[in-house]
Amino acid sequence: MADQTQFAELAMPLMDTLYSGALRMTRNRSDAEDLLQETYLKAYRAFGSFTDGTNLKAWMYRILTNTYINMYRAKQRRPEQIELVEGEEFYLYHRLSGGDRAVLGRSTEDQILDWVTSAEVVDALDALPDGYREAVLLADVEEFSYKEIAEMLDIPIGTVMSRIHRGRKRLQQLLYEFGSERGLVADQSPSATEVSS
Amino acid sequence: MSTSKSADSCNDAVTVLHEYLDGELTDQRRNAIITHLDDCSGCFSKFEFEQELRAVVANHCRTTVPDELRAAIIAEIGI
Repeated sequence: MADQTQFAELAMPLMDTLYSGALRMTRNRSDAEDLLQETYLKAYRAFGSFTDGTNLKAWMYRILTNTYINMYRAKQRRPEQIELVEGEEFYLYHRLSGGDRAVLGRSTEDQILDWVTSAEVVDALDALPDGYREAVLLADVEEFSYKEIAEMLDIPIGTVMSRIHRGRKRLQQLLYEFGSERGLVADQSPSATEVSS
Repeated sequence: MSTSKSADSCNDAVTVLHEYLDGELTDQRRNAIITHLDDCSGCFSKFEFEQELRAVVANHCRTTVPDELRAAIIAEIGI
């Protein structure tokens, strides 16, 4: 059992990561601020039930996720849950980096950011449907295990895996689409085919 | 013969791509994938891309909590 006086010392360093998660879940700064405040208040009150030595970040994320689902998803009056189909594996790799597209000396990160802007990376994650967005966020950004994510979202592990896989594939399609749409609007340079002919 | 065997290993590797990236494989299966990636530049390059993409997304999602909000939470809890 945890001593409530330790709460500040242990929980305050987690505030940035929990705020980042809240922002990506709610996609709205004002809601994220309310969600973070509510999470800390609940966590402080319930801190007596936290077991010393277990993962505090996972425990607090669970409170955050529960609060988010109850407070914000409920407001949307049972939105139609969008089901993503299984997408193509290595979608973005094949389009940006595969085969003769590989550019010597360019890191993978550079290749990705040559294609999409930093803002579009965030927009693409925000554009993932509810359920998938949280699963991808908890796995890719916070690196929680499938079991931890299943407990946080209160869904079976198989569903967690399927949402992460499909969500990641959809994210790659969105990143590619955002880059191409901007390219169509702004591209004034000659295309590769014009140069080679 | 060797081509189809190699294609099988590539398929096996791709099947567990997500579990590999998520650290959800047993040590034995993980080591089998690492051995394959050491031998197969095609799979190595794809796996590396996926790993880097995750890092790019993660880095863009990290932000710091506004000072006023931090202060408000500390005041509210009274710590």
